Amino acid sequence: MNEHQARELILKTLCDVAPEVDAASIDPDVPFQEQLDLDSMDFLNYVISLEEAAGIRIPEPDYRRVSTLSGCVAYMVAATPVPREEAR
Amino acid sequence: MPSLGADMEAGILVEWLVKPGDHVSRGDIVAVVETEKAAIEIETFNDGVVEEILVPEGQKAPVGAVLALIGNGGAPEPKARVSPVVRRLAERLGVDLTTVTGTEPDGVISRADVERAASGTPTTIEAPPAASVAPAPSAPPPSVTPSPVHEHPRIHVSPLAAAEAQRLRVDLTSVTGTGPGGAITRSDVERTEAARGAPEAGGAAPPEPPTGREVAPPVPLPAAARRGASEEQQLAMRRAIAELMTRSKREIPHYYLGTWIDLSRSMVWLDAENRDRAAAERILPAAILLKAVALAVQDVPDMNGFWINGEFRAGEGIHVGVAVSLRQGGLIAPCIHDVDALSLDDLMTALRDLVQRARGGRLRSSEMSDPTITVSNMGDQGVETLYGIIYPPQVALVGFGKILERPWAEGGLLGVRATVHATLAADHRASDGHQGGLFLAAIDRRVQRPEAL
Repeated sequence: MNEHQARELILKTLCDVAPEVDAASIDPDVPFQEQLDLDSMDFLNYVISLEEAAGIRIPEPDYRRVSTLSGCVAYMVAATPVPREEAR
Repeated sequence: MPSLGADMEAGILVEWLVKPGDHVSRGDIVAVVETEKAAIEIETFNDGVVEEILVPEGQKAPVGAVLALIGNGGAPEPKARVSPVVRRLAERLGVDLTTVTGTEPDGVISRADVERAASGTPTTIEAPPAASVAPAPSAPPPSVTPSPVHEHPRIHVSPLAAAEAQRLRVDLTSVTGTGPGGAITRSDVERTEAARGAPEAGGAAPPEPPTGREVAPPVPLPAAARRGASEEQQLAMRRAIAELMTRSKREIPHYYLGTWIDLSRSMVWLDAENRDRAAAERILPAAILLKAVALAVQDVPDMNGFWINGEFRAGEGIHVGVAVSLRQGGLIAPCIHDVDALSLDDLMTALRDLVQRARGGRLRSSEMSDPTITVSNMGDQGVETLYGIIYPPQVALVGFGKILERPWAEGGLLGVRATVHATLAADHRASDGHQGGLFLAAIDRRVQRPEAL
């Protein structure tokens, strides 16, 4: 997954969890919980959706890293290496 | 019409999911009812065959009204014509329904009839049982009497549509209802408004008569109208909350207790438990707290139940209401049934499902009518202490603040622990501070042994 794909996936997932979210107004460095008023159930649903969409495991100690847009993009890119033939 | 919370006086029957002749079993969803707070799926209390639907779609009916008749198909037994709400009232008051004469149309027994019987007013006691008991009808259905709740007897209109009409200044007598039985729906109002508004905006064409479906397409509603409708829904919810909370503060002499609870054992246990699980299988601390409350109720049952007619009535089962805040504002507190009997995994699944349905989908009637105690959890974005207001007629509400790391002294040592501030708002008519203190202590004891939850 490249940065663009990661960002698209994250924003789509957020909008599923919190339908009123305006993607354009998200501050990339502020935790979603704070700026979008997500509770622990919302955040869990967000993590579940990311795991299922990307086929990865996001353990609880990593929650902090996936809780901002910039952090989560980096995390997703690192966690989903692009297959060699596509990367060429 | 079941009571879907103490604040509900009536509901609109939005949709029937069964028809006469259908077999139903206890717990089946038979209809959808709209209240100020949500669309609720109505579950049946009986096994049998739907014999007759008494309240048509689109009609408002007061709590206690008989919505439909369910017989046992073929071999009708004598059966008191009484709604489940009234039947439960009779059970609570120890009234034998076969001795009560229904004063409602068709001999249906009302809440007032049962209350009269309970207070021993002779008119009801002397009535012969035969007069009060009607067999499941095989005769032609009685005509449906209009609900006394209707404000405009000749116009069928949902409160939502009425509110929308008021907001848009649409005269309801000028609206053609396209809903069941000619009921006016919100879209009818919006269509009428659109038909009126469009020519005005153009400034030329005279307003067409605001009737008929061809006037405006039903689908593309103006965005402003949609926003307006959701604002009205929010207003309705705000009013419902205002009424219930005012009643609670007016009627219930609350007392409040609070204690800091060391959650470190639970959190360490959860971390280990969740480590190897996919996110979809993970357990949140909220599930631990809910289970601990349910088990603590076993130790101090005085907290679980209702204050009704001047006395405490214990709840049947431990059905924990969960206060769920809604994204668009407001809150709703449906319950998870028999929380004491659920494993943490099952409880977590139930909690996720309940929160999701409370926020987006539909709740079930039993979830709204059955809570015996409520838990309000501030969650991790909140503050450290929550002082609750009891949902009448319940007698207790447990509040949890956010889970915080705090300095903690124990055994002469100072350390940093995950903690939570637990509060109890309880009805002083039903219990005293001593029991309340025991209850909070029982919750504390339970979370110290998470593996036993």
